[in-house]
Amino acid sequence: MFMSSKLQTVDALISTDADIDGRSLWQDARRRFFANHAAIASLIILACITCISLLGPLFSQWHYEDIDWEALSDISLLGRPSIESGHYFGTDTLGRDIFVRTMQGGQISLLVGILGSFVAVVIGTLYGAISGYVGGRIDNLMMRFLEILNSFPFMFFVIILMTVFGRHIFLIFVAIGAISWLDMARIVRGQTLALKNKEFIEAAHACGVSGLQIILRHIIPNLLGIVVVYATLLVPNMIILESFISFLGLGVQEPMTSWGALISEGAITMEIAVWQLAWPLAFLVLTLFCFNFLGDGLRDALDPKDR
Amino acid sequence: MIVFIIKRFLAAIPTLLILITVSFFLMRLAPGNPFSSDHSIPAEVLANINAKYHLDEPILTQYFYYLGGLLQGDLGPSFRYKDFSINELMAQSFPVSAEIGIWSFLVALLIGVGCGVIAALKQNSGIDHAVMAFANLGMVLPNFVLAPLCILLFSIYLNWLPSGGWNDGAWPYLIMPVIAMSTSYIAQIARITRGSMIETMHANFIRTARAKGLPMSHIIFRHALRPALLPVVSYLGPVFVAIVTGSVIVDVYFSTGGIGQHFINGALNRDYSMVMGVTILIGTLTILFNAIVDILYAVIDPKIRY
Repeated sequence: MFMSSKLQTVDALISTDADIDGRSLWQDARRRFFANHAAIASLIILACITCISLLGPLFSQWHYEDIDWEALSDISLLGRPSIESGHYFGTDTLGRDIFVRTMQGGQISLLVGILGSFVAVVIGTLYGAISGYVGGRIDNLMMRFLEILNSFPFMFFVIILMTVFGRHIFLIFVAIGAISWLDMARIVRGQTLALKNKEFIEAAHACGVSGLQIILRHIIPNLLGIVVVYATLLVPNMIILESFISFLGLGVQEPMTSWGALISEGAITMEIAVWQLAWPLAFLVLTLFCFNFLGDGLRDALDPKDR
Repeated sequence: MIVFIIKRFLAAIPTLLILITVSFFLMRLAPGNPFSSDHSIPAEVLANINAKYHLDEPILTQYFYYLGGLLQGDLGPSFRYKDFSINELMAQSFPVSAEIGIWSFLVALLIGVGCGVIAALKQNSGIDHAVMAFANLGMVLPNFVLAPLCILLFSIYLNWLPSGGWNDGAWPYLIMPVIAMSTSYIAQIARITRGSMIETMHANFIRTARAKGLPMSHIIFRHALRPALLPVVSYLGPVFVAIVTGSVIVDVYFSTGGIGQHFINGALNRDYSMVMGVTILIGTLTILFNAIVDILYAVIDPKIRY
């Protein structure tokens, strides 16, 4: 009796034991990530900001192009943020609603940030992986090319691309992405060099897999961790860059706007209407803060040796 | 070592030549020209102007004219400021940017390394978290955000500092540009220093030094700091160039008259020689400082031999 119950527990133990399988790299990473409260909080805040940016304009009686002629008569008094007038964040000196404009600017800033990083990551990863995997003279040449691109002033490229392609919003992020992949390429190349002498690459090679297939199927998936981390850290840089370009007057065109454009407008009128600077600035800083924490959290989760 | 230094600088020459060539042709091939925005110039006058600046000749001839001038140290006439040559404009604006830049660099380096080392030595304590929170804040406050905030705080609310101008670099005029320039670099340097300092403090040779009973200050300054600063040094090369060549944002907000403003205006107005001049300046400095970083690396890290 006693013996059989003991056997049963052992049996149960064995059966439960069999259910436990090894944790994959990604499961480990997910566990580490969810243990990082700052990163989780950032993720939640970012989700909220995205939702507000997309849905916020629906809850306002104003449109981002509308001019409130009544408020225009006395911006520093009637343009103040208030619930009654419907201008939750106040109006700018042209009588346009800051709340709706901040939301609309947020859509543009986030879009440019994410798509710009996407472009940069795709180019950088492919360039770095090919350069590192092929090696030899081609690697030398590709790295030399990178070094030359790197010695150009960043703004030179931005301005040339802007003048050639015009000021279309989608071209802006393609342009930004197309010149921000240099660091990404260098990082990926370094990782590829470490990977390419591993046995599984040799095995794939022996099986007759082509070079391109090896890069796409075997090397890049193994680089994904570091790529994800740097992509997250790229997004805030892209948003800053877009804001900078808008500040120069080369970015989004009126009546559309972005956080950077709103901030540079607000900086001019800050003596009359502080709220015109304060709201977009608060949103921008909060977003950048969250992306940085998220990136750090992802790095700790995916690249633990860096801690 | 000497051979390495010479080799390193010789290798920079073709890079520089490519830089000059590519930027020259890119600039010329971009739509628009310096005089297209000026309204209603009679065709004959325009032809005269174009002839004066060699703009009517084939682009290749223009290129060789430019290279020839460059060899004699002449960056050409400005297409925008009609009575100035680029050399004169540079001589006027570069010292301003350089002065703001060098102060910002020193501030960023001292505070950044200081914060990073303190945070690393007190890892995971309150001080560490406070310092790193400050560093994170610095990263998300780009200079176009900081500059208006500074003006709002120091000039409008507190009325302590002049909101702009240069006044030959008198210190009240320097403070806000330096704050706006250095903050994000302080943050970056602090993060890098902290990371590598933590790694160094866990190294075996530090444990040995501790076991020998050396005083902590001796361990930090004589043993830990040198290897810990290696990654910082490689970060500093490009940063020094970026800081010294000025920032449009700082120039615009504080009306300092530095080089950044000229660059952007030049690009927008197709002032070819201005853009080329600044591009060559930045490119040369970048290549030069990358080489210096390589050499410094060899000096700091005895493991590296060339």
